[in-house]
Amino acid sequence: MVRFKKMSAILVITLILGLLLTGCGGGEKTSTTETKEPYKIGVILDISGGGSSLGIPERDTVNMIAEEINKAGGINGHQIELLVEDNKSDETESKLLVKKLVDRGVLAIVGSSTSGTSMAMTDAVNIAEIPMVSAAANAKIVTPVSERKWVFKTAQSDSLVVEKIITYLKSKGWTKVAFASVNSKYGDGGRAVFEKAAAEAGITILGQEKFGEKDVDMTPQITNIKRLNPQAVICWAIPPAASIFTKNYSELNVTSPLIHSHGIGNQKFIELAGDTANGVVFPIGKLLVAENLPDTDPQKSVLVDYATKFEAKYGARNTFGGHAWDALKIVLAAIEKAGPDRTKIRDEIEKTQNFTGISGIFNMSSDDHNGLALDSMVMVQIDQGKWVLAQ
Amino acid sequence: MDLASQLLQFIFSGLTMGGIYALVALGFVIIHNVTGIINFAQGEFVMLGAMFMVTLTGAGVPLLLAIVLSIILVMIVVGIIEFGAIRPAKKASPVTLVIITIGLSSSIRGIALLVWGTDPYKLAPFTKGSSIQIGGASIIPQSLWVIGTTVVILTLTFFIFEYTYWGKALRACVVNKFAARLMGISPQKMSLFAFVFSAALGALAGIVIAPITYATYDMGLMLGLKGFIAAVLGGLSSTPGAVIGGLALGIIESLGAGLVSSGYKDGIAFIILLLVLFLKPGGIFGTSGSKRV
Repeated sequence: MVRFKKMSAILVITLILGLLLTGCGGGEKTSTTETKEPYKIGVILDISGGGSSLGIPERDTVNMIAEEINKAGGINGHQIELLVEDNKSDETESKLLVKKLVDRGVLAIVGSSTSGTSMAMTDAVNIAEIPMVSAAANAKIVTPVSERKWVFKTAQSDSLVVEKIITYLKSKGWTKVAFASVNSKYGDGGRAVFEKAAAEAGITILGQEKFGEKDVDMTPQITNIKRLNPQAVICWAIPPAASIFTKNYSELNVTSPLIHSHGIGNQKFIELAGDTANGVVFPIGKLLVAENLPDTDPQKSVLVDYATKFEAKYGARNTFGGHAWDALKIVLAAIEKAGPDRTKIRDEIEKTQNFTGISGIFNMSSDDHNGLALDSMVMVQIDQGKWVLAQ
Repeated sequence: MDLASQLLQFIFSGLTMGGIYALVALGFVIIHNVTGIINFAQGEFVMLGAMFMVTLTGAGVPLLLAIVLSIILVMIVVGIIEFGAIRPAKKASPVTLVIITIGLSSSIRGIALLVWGTDPYKLAPFTKGSSIQIGGASIIPQSLWVIGTTVVILTLTFFIFEYTYWGKALRACVVNKFAARLMGISPQKMSLFAFVFSAALGALAGIVIAPITYATYDMGLMLGLKGFIAAVLGGLSSTPGAVIGGLALGIIESLGAGLVSSGYKDGIAFIILLLVLFLKPGGIFGTSGSKRV
C-alpha cells in the first residue's frame, strides 16, 4: 500500500511535469530614444522555444529597420518605437501579448512568426480592432477574409507553395509521391492543402507520415516511406525536425528525390543536416538566391540591399527575416499615409499595391490579405551546402 | 523493402533510443536507491554533457579528451548542486526533495538557455562512414557507438556495485542505512557519490546521442521523462530493470511510430507509463522490493 501511494505521488508529479513541457524564456523589449510622440508598433515573435529559428532573425530584422528609419528622421517626423515581445512559441502567450500591447497603445502589431502563434492572435486583434501583419504561412491566418478583417500576412500561403511544388512535380513527370509532415499547425496546414491540390492535379499520395516537432529520430516513418518506393518525397517541417528528417533520409539510403517546404529556408537547416542536405529541393522566396536573379527582376535590388545589410550585422540571410521586413515595412508605409489611426492604417494596408518586398510583390485587396502570386517564389536546390536555382 | 527488414529497421531505431533511455533510467535508479529521491534533473545532466561536448569540440579539443572533460565538468557541476541544494534539505520529506529536483531542472535549463541560446547545435559523429546494411535495414555507425557505450557502461556499473568498496558501501546504505552508518559508512558521502555517478552516466548519454539528435538547451526535459518512464517500467529500484525498461520503451516507441501512428509516438510512451502505474505499480520487472540496486 505504501508503495502504491508512492507511485501515486510519482503519477501526480509526472502529470505536472507534462504540463511544464512547454518552453520557457524571458521577454524582450527594445525601445528607441524618446522624442515627441513616437509611433508605437507592437511586435510579437517566437523568439524563444520551438519557433526561435524564425523569431530571432525576425527580431533582428525589425530592429534593424527601426534603427535605420529613426536615424533618417522617422516617419513624417515621428520616431518609431518598437515594443518587441517574446511569445515563447506559445499560443496562449501570443494571445495575451496582444492585449498587453493594445493596452500600451500600439498602432499596429507585427507578428507572429509561426502559424500556430499567429492564429491564436487573430480573434484578439479583431476584437481590439487593431491591424496585425503576420509573418507566418498558413492560409487560414487570413481566410476567410470576412472573419479576418484586421489580419494580414506576408509569408507565401501554403496554397501558393503547394502550387509551386505541384508545378515542379508535373514538370518532372512525377505522379506517385509520399508525404511526411510535422505534427503542428504548420505541418497540418501544408498537408491539408497538398492533399487537395494533389488530387486536383492527378498526383497520387502513396502514403503519409507524421513526426513530432521535438522528435529526434524519424527512422520508422522514413522506413515506411521507403517501402512505398515513391517517385518523390515531400516533407513539410521546419528545423531542427526537418534537418533530422533529411539526415535520417540519407542514412536509410532512400533514393527518391526529397522536396521540402519553404520552412527550411534558413542556414540552420544546412548547418544541421550537413552533407545530407545536398540535393534537397524546395520552393522559397527569391531572397536566398538574390544575387543569381536576372537584373530584370524587379525585386533584385531590394533583396540584395536587405541581404547585404542583414549579413553585415547578424549573419546569414534568412527568409523569415524577410517576411518580418515585409510586415513592418507594409505597416510603416500605411502609417505614413494614414497617420496614427488604427482604422485608417488597416484600410491603407488593404490598399497596398505593387509593394516590392522581400517575399514578393504585394497586391493586397479586400479579398486577398496576403497579396502574393506564384512568381514570388522560385525552386531552390541545395548544392555543396549552398542555395542555387533548381533546374 | 519487405516486412522483416522493415521490422528490423524499427528495432535498430528503437535500440538506439532505448540505449539512451536505459542510461538515463540507470541514473534515476541509482539516486533513488541511495537517497529515496526521484531526481528529475537527470535529463538536464544529459543536456549538460551534450552541451559541454559541443562547446569543447567546437574549441578544437580532441574527441577523447573532450569526452572525458565533459563528463568531469558535469560531475563537478552536479557535485556542487548536491552539496548546495540537496544536502541542506536532507531532513525534508522525499516529496519535498523531488520538488527541489524539479526546480533544479528548470534552473539548469534556464541557465543553459542563457549560455547556449535556443539554437540546436551539431556534433560530428565519432567515426566517419555511411550507414551499414544488415538484412535490408540500415544502421549508422553512431548508433553502434550508442549501443556499445550502453553495454560497456552496464557491465562497468555491475562490477562497481559488486566488487568495489564504494559499490558495496552504496548497496549497504540501501539495505540498511542505520547499520551502514554503524559500520562507518557515511550516507552523506554515499548520496554525493550516487549523484556524481549518475551525473557521469547522464553526461555520457548526452555525449553519445548528440551526433544523432543535435544538442539543444531543452533536450533534457523529454529525455529525462522518457528515462523516468523506463525506470518506472523496470520498477524504479532495479538496475537490470532500468536497462530492460529503457530498451523496451525505445523499441515500443519505434514500433508504435512505424506500425500504428507516427503522430502519437510520445503519447504511446506516456500511455504505457500510466498503464504500468495503474495496473502494476511495482513495474513490469519489479520485485517485491527488499533488495534494491
